[in-house]
Amino acid sequence: MSEMQFLTWVRGTGLNIAITIFLLGVIFRLFEIYSLGRKKDLSEPRSVAGASGLNTVFRRSLPPADMLKNSPVTYIGGYIFHIGLAIIVFAFAPHIKLFESLLGFSWPGLPSQMVDLVSVLTIGAMLAVLLDRIVKPVKRYLSTFQDWFTWALTFLPVLTGWMAVQHLLLPYTTMLALHILSVELLLVFLPFTKLFHAFTVFGSRWFNGAVNGHKGVAV
Amino acid sequence: MSASLEKGVRVLKEVIDAPIASYFNSCVHCGLCAEACLFYTETKDPKYTPIHKLEPMRRLYEQEYTVIGRLKKLIGLSKAVTDAELAEWQELVYNSCTLCGRCSVVCPVGNDIVYMVRKFREGMSASGNAPDGLKGASNRTITIGSPMGIKLPAVKAQMRHVEEDYGLPIPLDVEGAEYMVMLSSMEIINFPEYLAAIAKIMHQAGKTWTLCSTSFEATNAGMQIGNSDLARVIVSRIVDGAEKLKVKTVISPECGHAFTALRWEGPNLVGRPFGFKVKHIIEVLDEFKEQGLLKTEGFETDRLTFHDPCQLARRGGVIKQQRNLMNMVAKNFVEMPDAGFMNWCCGGGGGASAIEEGEELRLEAFRKKKSQLDAVKPDRLVTACANCRIVLEEGLEHYKMNLPVVGLTEMIAEHIPDPVVPEAKGD
Repeated sequence: MSEMQFLTWVRGTGLNIAITIFLLGVIFRLFEIYSLGRKKDLSEPRSVAGASGLNTVFRRSLPPADMLKNSPVTYIGGYIFHIGLAIIVFAFAPHIKLFESLLGFSWPGLPSQMVDLVSVLTIGAMLAVLLDRIVKPVKRYLSTFQDWFTWALTFLPVLTGWMAVQHLLLPYTTMLALHILSVELLLVFLPFTKLFHAFTVFGSRWFNGAVNGHKGVAV
Repeated sequence: MSASLEKGVRVLKEVIDAPIASYFNSCVHCGLCAEACLFYTETKDPKYTPIHKLEPMRRLYEQEYTVIGRLKKLIGLSKAVTDAELAEWQELVYNSCTLCGRCSVVCPVGNDIVYMVRKFREGMSASGNAPDGLKGASNRTITIGSPMGIKLPAVKAQMRHVEEDYGLPIPLDVEGAEYMVMLSSMEIINFPEYLAAIAKIMHQAGKTWTLCSTSFEATNAGMQIGNSDLARVIVSRIVDGAEKLKVKTVISPECGHAFTALRWEGPNLVGRPFGFKVKHIIEVLDEFKEQGLLKTEGFETDRLTFHDPCQLARRGGVIKQQRNLMNMVAKNFVEMPDAGFMNWCCGGGGGASAIEEGEELRLEAFRKKKSQLDAVKPDRLVTACANCRIVLEEGLEHYKMNLPVVGLTEMIAEHIPDPVVPEAKGD
């Protein structure tokens, strides 16, 4: 397979396979999790403003008192790479073009120099949280193969994308093909690994907020 | 698989629901919950990381309720939960977790970890892996009526003492009374002042109240050990008593878990909403205050601070009331760092104080409370949970801190003028 053939495959068949597995996987996994249901709470609710599932979905995006001070790398690194990923995926002009071809509509992007800067920051933040996972006893203790594997799955698309744009190491075509392939791997594994928190985080926060909100506690 | 393990696994499969599935799928092993847990912060041992305490349950969830997990189990990539593993986890699920719920309020993905520990205990208890101390407490509550083995004659003796000392009647089994007052064993044995305080407060407020001879014990070891069948039997006694006496409100004593067991778990345990209200004594006192039915005289002038019982505040939604009451009788009330919603546990909640082999760890974890107290250097420590009170006293003694611990209800009652003549009532 030549470089061009490789690129053509990842852009066509490969992408279709990955998106199909991703979409079916997400739907199936959401069903697998949320169809378990939960019992109705029969205790008399205590109603307090700000104590609800929806409130917690938003509120939990902010660090509670003192936690930021205790674990700055987790919070600051976490913010930078999550926001960074969102900017790179949804505000980089070539990505918007891809979404347009899939969805039929588009939105304005950010200047590529800015996305470039965001990419460097994201790479830095991801390396920082990786290092934190290696050196912090609690994180190291909790970590399993999946933690390292999913970090790599997330890191590779950012790295290869940035390198392709910068024309580093490999010819552009090859790097671009590798970039797309790495994204496809991410899509395929996302529903079946802890990366699925990207979806369940909303359900989890909602349940927590609703269960405690029932007691009049704004968590 | 042993018969007891089989039973435990069956129970665990029953309690796993959508929230638990969502929580396990959301965890990214960030480890932030460790920073919220006093058993980790005071020992720095990563095994006390809250989410790790659920590892056997997580694997069981994955193996039983996910396709990937079933496949992994089939090809031997995921090992089955064993008796030995659950026995090893006893320390993590009971001794080093007080169900304080701090982890649940810091988790960035929103996992309600304490919700899961509570459910995991159902499986631990069913598989015979609960600590002996809690087994004993549950057995005594079921067979004798209270975790400390107290029977009605002991309560009647206390009633007589209070009646003699204060000249106030202690009503028993009065049908149609507005309030049914519950006690905790700890109060009957160690803090009889509580009953006297209630008598004074109710007398001043002009409210009708009663104790119930078939149901005076509010604590629920069945909930702490994680056995809903036992918890249901215990809570049903209270429901039966309240319905028999046709009271409007049942008052939970100064005990955090009794409040949770009755107020929040109670209706779910018996399978129907209650026909009466359940309130913690602190809520009732604050209501009386608002309605002008609670009038106090004078102030405490020494430096006081308040320890929030986890089940009352963070897990129960009662946070402002105790502060209103403190300010009513205290001139020099100071707050500890993290007081209120984020308060640190005394270290003995969730049944932990009944576990003898957990004492050393409990005292180590108490350093968190010590550091909170050292920050404000109070003359006395006020709280609203008899169990917290005992655990605090033990911890203070261990660290040679000379700090008296008092109950808020009693402190309030001390500021109510003595009802010497019956005419003074309801002024």
